[in-house]
Amino acid sequence: MAETNAYGTRSKPSGGVELYAWIFMRASGLLLLFLALGHLFIMHVFNSIHVIDYDFVAARYLNFFWRGYDLVMLWLALIHGLNGLRTILDDYLKGFARDTAVRMLYVIGISFLVLGTYAIIAFKPVGG
Amino acid sequence: MKKVAFKILRFDSERDPQPHWENYEVELEPTDRVLDGIEAIKGRLDGTLALRRSCAHGICGSDAMIINGKNRLACKVLVKSLKQPITIEPMRGFKVLKDLIVDMEPFFAKYRAVTPYLVEKEPRPEKERLQSPQERERFDDTTKCILCGACTTSCPSFWSDPDYVGPAAIVQAHRFLFDSRDQGKEERLKVMNDKEGVWRCRTVFNCVEACPRGINVTRAIGEVKQAIAKGKV
Repeated sequence: MAETNAYGTRSKPSGGVELYAWIFMRASGLLLLFLALGHLFIMHVFNSIHVIDYDFVAARYLNFFWRGYDLVMLWLALIHGLNGLRTILDDYLKGFARDTAVRMLYVIGISFLVLGTYAIIAFKPVGG
Repeated sequence: MKKVAFKILRFDSERDPQPHWENYEVELEPTDRVLDGIEAIKGRLDGTLALRRSCAHGICGSDAMIINGKNRLACKVLVKSLKQPITIEPMRGFKVLKDLIVDMEPFFAKYRAVTPYLVEKEPRPEKERLQSPQERERFDDTTKCILCGACTTSCPSFWSDPDYVGPAAIVQAHRFLFDSRDQGKEERLKVMNDKEGVWRCRTVFNCVEACPRGINVTRAIGEVKQAIAKGKV
């Protein structure tokens, strides 16, 4: 990042990862539209919520396709949301407050990502 | 002639701790412009009122200000089209020096940062560089910019982050990026491809609403984003 010399006079910005973030937001948004709608229809329209219980999910997770589906959805949705929150924090906070908030966001986000990924991959049906 | 009421935000950075509103009434024709009203106030009522104006015909871009809450050129708005009292404020996001005069230097520093001129890298041809009407049409919209600052000072991203290069500078970059004669695209795209470049734009569309020249600013910014994504114009 180029240096800021005075109030609003930073002259030459150059480079950055924002381009990739921008492309990711559009690509993941588009994919999530289908993934999330698919999820919604399967869980709430085609199957009554009264039918959905532990056994339903356990049976579903015997098929690796659904594990993959949920894994892709988890990663895309979580990173999409994290990046959205990051840009909002960037808009409203400055300096130390911004850095601290963004770091906390990353810690929380990565924790959820690891936890969710572990749950999906390591899931083994019990009992039943 | 009719009495027209004005309410102007006054501030002298050397004397006043805070800006304050002042009310004025001047006789004007309904077909007079807001600029005529402000000049009547300055001429007849209060000579200390400070403003910038030059051509007074919507070309030089020096009298952009907030008129009834919207960024407008004072020389392009008729008094009869406005609700009274007509409120006048300096543009938001710049440092106010006095009354309606703001410090435009950071604005022009950003303008200069996008190399707002044709860059030549290959040897100069014998004859002029020709361009087809279609090639000229490609950047026609952004040639209309008069650097008044109405777009940049209507932008919430700019208000919250004065380092943001701002819509006006992006419009200028667009004007040269999409010009077939220009050879400085790489550097210009690099300046645009920054957190404080086009990526600070959240497509709020305030700039489109504010532009007194009717430039579709957000579209131009979108085109620059796509050019960066593709790596070429």
